[in-house]
Amino acid sequence: MFDVHEMEVNFGPQHPSTHGVLRVLLKIDGERIIDAKPIVGYLHRGTEKLFEHMTYPQCVPHTDRMDYVASATNNLGYVEAVEKLLGISAQIPKRAQLLRVILSELQRISSHLLWLATHAIDLGAMTPFFYTFREREEILDLFEAYCGARLTLNCMRIGGMPEDMPPGWLEDLQKLVDKFDGAMDEYESLLTTNRIWKRRTIGIGVISPEEAIDWGLTGPPLRGSGVEWDLRRAQPYECYPELEFDIPVGKNGDTYDRYLVRMEEMRQSNRILKQCIPMIQATPEGEIKAKISKVIRPPEGEVYHSIESPKGELGYYIVSDGKTTNAYRCHVRPPSFVNLQAMPAMVKGHLISDMVAVIGTIDIVLGEVDR
Amino acid sequence: MSEQTPQPPAPPPAAAATAPPARSVEEIKADPLVAAAVARVDEAILGAKEFAGEITLFADRDRIVEVCRAFKADGWNYLVDLAGLDYSKYPNHTGLRFSVAYTLYSFAKNARVRIRVWTDDKYPVPSVTSVWKTANWHEREVYDMFGITFSGHPNLERILMWEGFNGFPLRKDFPIRGIDTGARIYPEVFPEGGGPKEGSTGKAAADVNLYKGEWKRYGNWPAAQIAGGNGAKAPAKPAVAAKEGDE
Repeated sequence: MFDVHEMEVNFGPQHPSTHGVLRVLLKIDGERIIDAKPIVGYLHRGTEKLFEHMTYPQCVPHTDRMDYVASATNNLGYVEAVEKLLGISAQIPKRAQLLRVILSELQRISSHLLWLATHAIDLGAMTPFFYTFREREEILDLFEAYCGARLTLNCMRIGGMPEDMPPGWLEDLQKLVDKFDGAMDEYESLLTTNRIWKRRTIGIGVISPEEAIDWGLTGPPLRGSGVEWDLRRAQPYECYPELEFDIPVGKNGDTYDRYLVRMEEMRQSNRILKQCIPMIQATPEGEIKAKISKVIRPPEGEVYHSIESPKGELGYYIVSDGKTTNAYRCHVRPPSFVNLQAMPAMVKGHLISDMVAVIGTIDIVLGEVDR
Repeated sequence: MSEQTPQPPAPPPAAAATAPPARSVEEIKADPLVAAAVARVDEAILGAKEFAGEITLFADRDRIVEVCRAFKADGWNYLVDLAGLDYSKYPNHTGLRFSVAYTLYSFAKNARVRIRVWTDDKYPVPSVTSVWKTANWHEREVYDMFGITFSGHPNLERILMWEGFNGFPLRKDFPIRGIDTGARIYPEVFPEGGGPKEGSTGKAAADVNLYKGEWKRYGNWPAAQIAGGNGAKAPAKPAVAAKEGDE
């Protein structure tokens, strides 16, 4: 008579593979997971409470710190939501819009490069880390040249951009864009047809499209399951309607498909950048901010606006009471928080090391999960 | 030369005239986007409003699960966001204190709609986890931050704060600088689930609280100007330590 010896093991907040301070309570039978319960909140800093006590422009640096890996898109979501509240979304000058798109796509590439590096390293492949960080350094150099910061950029303002591009920035960007496709081929040569990689990722963490929608998954986890939905196409913002890009979609909803989706997304982001560079050179220099008053006091109302961040749908729900210069309530809908909720459903029956693969493939950033 | 001065252009119309007039509740309820779903549960939708092109419907709290099911059956199969709001410091607000906002999205219609319910401390809101699985953590977060209970939720416990935390951080009367949480650090002294005592910033447990000073205001950080607008001055002297919350 064999008993099932269930053991409860803590996959603790301090662990190199949890991508931050994530704690998972595992109920295991040997090495097979019977149930997993993620416990979050170790990085909760009260961002939403702080938003209620600061004026609208003061909140922009705080949004950087939520998804600290992809801060330009956090900024973009917030400033676009406030612009929607103010009703000035149509007045953002073209140059500012293109610059926002350039920074967001650069940020998407940089975030996916970090994802690839950490995901591969969690599963034992150390080399992609060194390769991807080489290109990521160049992207961070571009960010530093533009706004002075490498990671938490604070690079967007309500109504436009803080400043115009420094001279020579576009040439550096062009150089990076030209060599990036070759770099992508290099990364793909490391993992995509690698037998070990395929055995560790094919069939792991499968989720069907209906389940994915029910769990509220967005971003590459949703697209990896076959739902072709990208906010840049479905609810376009900035100048995405004029840009040509494809949306990669997976078939089986497993880790390997999500890997392929993100790799292709990087190539598509590069394609967008190639289109943006001549477009922004055609716009008049210096027009990077709409004319809005110095004191931002939106009318009474509520608005929900979301953008496609590298992790999924990042939404800001802002309620204004019309009288003060602070948001009355600013709620953030973080993609990582919602995507992480589906993790237990994806790891039941897998081994513990597969759970590491699933956490990596959902691509969570705890700053966003906990805010 | 012929002075062919063209007619001066007509003065631009006033902003109010160019913006379409606000629609009435019945017009919003009859909007083709939501008309089918609203028709199924018409008596449960108590009001509607529109802002920036987004429709918000106010639903009856006790029938929210039925309303959500009707919307899901109409194609709104994706719950985008479930947020709580505390209206206690909202200017000119009458009515219940809290509101829960459900933002829905429909893939087929490619549009969003928002459903809101009003509630209070005393009234639990029926949980919609049976309609969309993703509501699980969202409702836990609203419970954690506001204290709104959801009846029928599979595991309603705190998610961002730790268990035993005493207080609901996003309520408007919760101080921005935080509360004394000595209870967690010294469980042998404080009771289970204990926390700040009445009017305390640590004063009541001065012998075990490491920080024995007053909570000082640092600088001119323009915090805590919720309904007073900017320009609220710092208090003359921070002598009233026990009552220091937000000004």
